[in-house]
Amino acid sequence: MSQDNLRIKTFVDHGPEHGDEPSHKTEGTVKMSTRNLSFYYGKNQVLFDNNLDVAANRVTAIIGPSGCGKSTHIRVYNRIFELYREQKVTGEVLLDGENVLGDDVDVLRLRKRIGMIFQKPSPFPMSIFDNVAYGVRLQYRLSGSEMTERVMRALKRAALWDEVKDKLKSPGTALSGGQQQRLCIARSIALEPEVLLMDEPCSAIDPVGTAKIEELIESLKKRFTIVLVTHNMQQAARVSDYTAFFYQGHIVEFGRTNQIFTNPAKKQTEDYITGRFG
Amino acid sequence: MVTALAAVSAAIGIFFFGWILYVVLQKGARALTPAFFLELPAPPGVPGGGVANAIVGTLVITLGASILGVPIGMLVGVFLAEFGRHSRLAGVIRFSSNVLMGTPSIIVGMFVYATVVVRTGHFSGYAGAIALAVIMLPIIARTTEDMLHLVPHTLRESALALGAPYWKMTLGVVFRAARAGLVTGVILAVARVSGETAPLLFTALNSPNWGFPNEPMANLTVTVFNFAMSPYEDWQQMAWGASFMITVGVLIVTIISRFAMRQKAHRR
Repeated sequence: MSQDNLRIKTFVDHGPEHGDEPSHKTEGTVKMSTRNLSFYYGKNQVLFDNNLDVAANRVTAIIGPSGCGKSTHIRVYNRIFELYREQKVTGEVLLDGENVLGDDVDVLRLRKRIGMIFQKPSPFPMSIFDNVAYGVRLQYRLSGSEMTERVMRALKRAALWDEVKDKLKSPGTALSGGQQQRLCIARSIALEPEVLLMDEPCSAIDPVGTAKIEELIESLKKRFTIVLVTHNMQQAARVSDYTAFFYQGHIVEFGRTNQIFTNPAKKQTEDYITGRFG
Repeated sequence: MVTALAAVSAAIGIFFFGWILYVVLQKGARALTPAFFLELPAPPGVPGGGVANAIVGTLVITLGASILGVPIGMLVGVFLAEFGRHSRLAGVIRFSSNVLMGTPSIIVGMFVYATVVVRTGHFSGYAGAIALAVIMLPIIARTTEDMLHLVPHTLRESALALGAPYWKMTLGVVFRAARAGLVTGVILAVARVSGETAPLLFTALNSPNWGFPNEPMANLTVTVFNFAMSPYEDWQQMAWGASFMITVGVLIVTIISRFAMRQKAHRR
């Protein structure tokens, strides 16, 4: 553990690297990082030696064409891929310097620390209140008033409180798509996770809803470390601090978002962000 | 051309359904007197008498079958859809369920006769319940599996991503999402077995008395079978009445399940 911390410090001290090998370093504190992460669907390899550092309290965007492995990449972070038997992974994913892929890691506690938002809003078939309380009830026994307090706080942080405060008992599925997605965000942050993984959270949401969620992401990064997978480059440019460009399972380029979008080092990156392919 | 053929076939189907319903309702309605619901069967030629014991018997046997068959069938369905999904055992269970569903119910009756009735030495209501439960089992298991499969994967992943253990996710989220479908499946299975005759012939048999579950027990379907085959006109009339009860009962149960489905559609 202490050794791992040291290792991270050295990255921080060195700053961005230059050379043929794409840099994966960030400037602030590193919250999560992957080391030689490879991923297989059966015998089919879809991620190749991914090395990436995720900065604490920043938004790291992962962009790339469909099927490049960006969702697969973050599905390793909370080990949700393990739901499917044929999916295998090699390499390491470090959270505060500790490998989350170890056999002795308590997966349920890991998932309490790393929340996840999915592409399609997925409210549970229960009331708005119970949706937000679901995860909290799994972890803690709270009194009624404490739970109410906690649900309210999560809904406020997810910028949904004003729209639902009068109908907490109505089903979560009755909300609009954008509201449902913010409900899912509230459900995740009610557990006070450290990292929030967002897998194309706006792809099924209309533009107004998308704008609200982007605003929300901006405010959430004060408390959480966010990894945002998106196929929408404007979105990555608008909300993220760092951007990683994935192509065919490789991390082609990683760096500060403004640098990636204004002065990419690789031709492939430039071609993609200028819309020449993908 | 194909459309016309399909329309004609549909019309023929509806025509026979209507005809059966008409005959049963028309002939059966005449048998429905207060005594029909309240009294025990009378000997042929004696006026009055009813099938109260058979009505109660059918309810008790069906309830018993549900108590045995529904939980076990659902657990099997959960295993097939969630825990064992791709395992070899699941494949074996799925195959045997299909075979069991295609097995003539009279064979299930024979099986329970050989394993329960012969061993206990007498016909009994609970043997009948066991036979019906065996028939329910594969139906419930497969509908449960199908209904759980309809629940989107994102819902499961969302619950797991919040740190829910797999079983809590299954019970608290997946079951809830599939609720309407599961209820419908159970109701249809109950409707299906409540009209079974053959498996009860060798198990519950019939009885002119009220009968406890550990004795031969009257029930509507075997009553129809016995009374309709008798040469006595008043008994035949009773058989029509019992047919009426079964038909209306199944109809009501089916309508309730439709209603449950409708509710589900509304919520989506």
